[in-house]
Amino acid sequence: MSASERLGDLLRELAPQVLGVLLRRYGGFEECEDAVQEALLAAATQWPGEGVPESPRSWLVTVASRRLVDQVRSEQARRRREATAAAREAPDADLAPAPGNESGGDQDDTLTLLFLCCHPALTPASQVALTLRAVGGLTTAEVARAFLVPEATMAPRISRAKQRIKAAGASFELPAAHERVARLDAVLHVLYLIFNEGYTASSGPDLHRGELTTEAIRLTRMVHRALPDDGEVAGLLSLMLLTDARRAARAGPDGALVPLAEQDRSRWDTALIEEGCALVTDAMSASPLGPYQLQAAIAALHVQAPRAGDTDWEQIRILYGILTRITPNPMVTLNHAVAVAMTRGPQAGLELLESLDGDPRIARHHRLYAVRAHLQELAGEYAAARENYRLAARRTTSLPEHRYLRDRAGKLDR
Amino acid sequence: MKFLLNLYLNAADSSGEGFGHEEFLAAAGQAGELISAHAFADPSISAVVRVRDGVVTVSEGPYIQTSDHVAGQYVVDCESRERAVELAALIPSGQAGGVEVRPLMDSAGMEM
Repeated sequence: MSASERLGDLLRELAPQVLGVLLRRYGGFEECEDAVQEALLAAATQWPGEGVPESPRSWLVTVASRRLVDQVRSEQARRRREATAAAREAPDADLAPAPGNESGGDQDDTLTLLFLCCHPALTPASQVALTLRAVGGLTTAEVARAFLVPEATMAPRISRAKQRIKAAGASFELPAAHERVARLDAVLHVLYLIFNEGYTASSGPDLHRGELTTEAIRLTRMVHRALPDDGEVAGLLSLMLLTDARRAARAGPDGALVPLAEQDRSRWDTALIEEGCALVTDAMSASPLGPYQLQAAIAALHVQAPRAGDTDWEQIRILYGILTRITPNPMVTLNHAVAVAMTRGPQAGLELLESLDGDPRIARHHRLYAVRAHLQELAGEYAAARENYRLAARRTTSLPEHRYLRDRAGKLDR
Repeated sequence: MKFLLNLYLNAADSSGEGFGHEEFLAAAGQAGELISAHAFADPSISAVVRVRDGVVTVSEGPYIQTSDHVAGQYVVDCESRERAVELAALIPSGQAGGVEVRPLMDSAGMEM
């Protein structure tokens, strides 16, 4: 790891802690978040030359506080110029609690911040962007690059998100107990979205986008440290690790997608597999079952098989059955149908797929055509399979998926 | 997801195009969904370049001669196709011609 990477890691680790301190001292999410970004920027320019200060955290808190106070003062000066009455007094930096009084609670701060950034008043896209900036410590330019949009597009997305939070009256405190579960669900969903955005891009040329998997795993580890007994947090972390373990094998040298069954298993990351499997096993024995644990358990069964032919499809089918009961959704049904086909034969899988034809959420989705094609191929119905692979290829908006599906159709040409 | 919004107009209706987009621009701009915007010059002054067996030919005018043409384009990045359609409905060109919502391909993909 290079010195600049180490510095970047340190700054990202400290970002939510510093923001937490500022929010508790001064309140005002939008202003505090801007001040922390400026302090991070100052550190990134000054530290490489002047060296990392003895207490980087206090340095950042001091600089960010100063920026915030400056901001408030200039805002007040502006208001005075505009002859607006009743300007508030600027919070005096001397009144701030001594630095010693605010250590500890960093993990809680990170969690509280995540709850704030994943506030239900925001759209998922803005939750994702704001989380990466305020909790992940990424700059707007970095978030924009990761999502392949110009900075001029990302900046208003983030500032509107902050305005919405303000308008919703949300403050820097943990949600009330009765809404904690739903709000944690939203946080986990955002972390899952960030991971997926990076993982699906990791075979392509979008390196910056691929780094989102690392960022999602880092943030999920932070949540897991704050809530070690939550089975779903552990389940999500496990799911990410077990999915990321396959990253090196998921695409060929030319970037073409390699399906799970054909991946070179020697290229899977055994350390990640071991950690992910242990996490989900512990979680399932100690906490109530949830969708992330189930998906992690399924991922574990896939990666534990030495060869594709050794996969315990019977267990996978049972787990998908449970997943369908607790979180019924068409994507789960698709995967369930594959597991049914692998255990009860392709016709049984195809019959299960028929239940999705009338479901507007998926009836025209390329994945339904792709899975149907795959099962028809298994059943020896090659002409129908070819047709459905082609339909799936036309419906996807993903270049590597398009190429994969077209190739599968091509292999069935005679 | 990224979408290209093609603003189709009939040649006879093209006067006034480029106006009345404030609502769309405010909605897509403030939400952080607008990526780019282009207003096209009249199709009659475009050129079509063809290469056949290494020989380049250039002809004047649009690729397809029709009374309807693309007068402008927006690229948006939004949550879903539904949201892209919702944004397209804010563009007044839809009243004279129509707005085509065209998904763009993405280099990311999931193995199957």
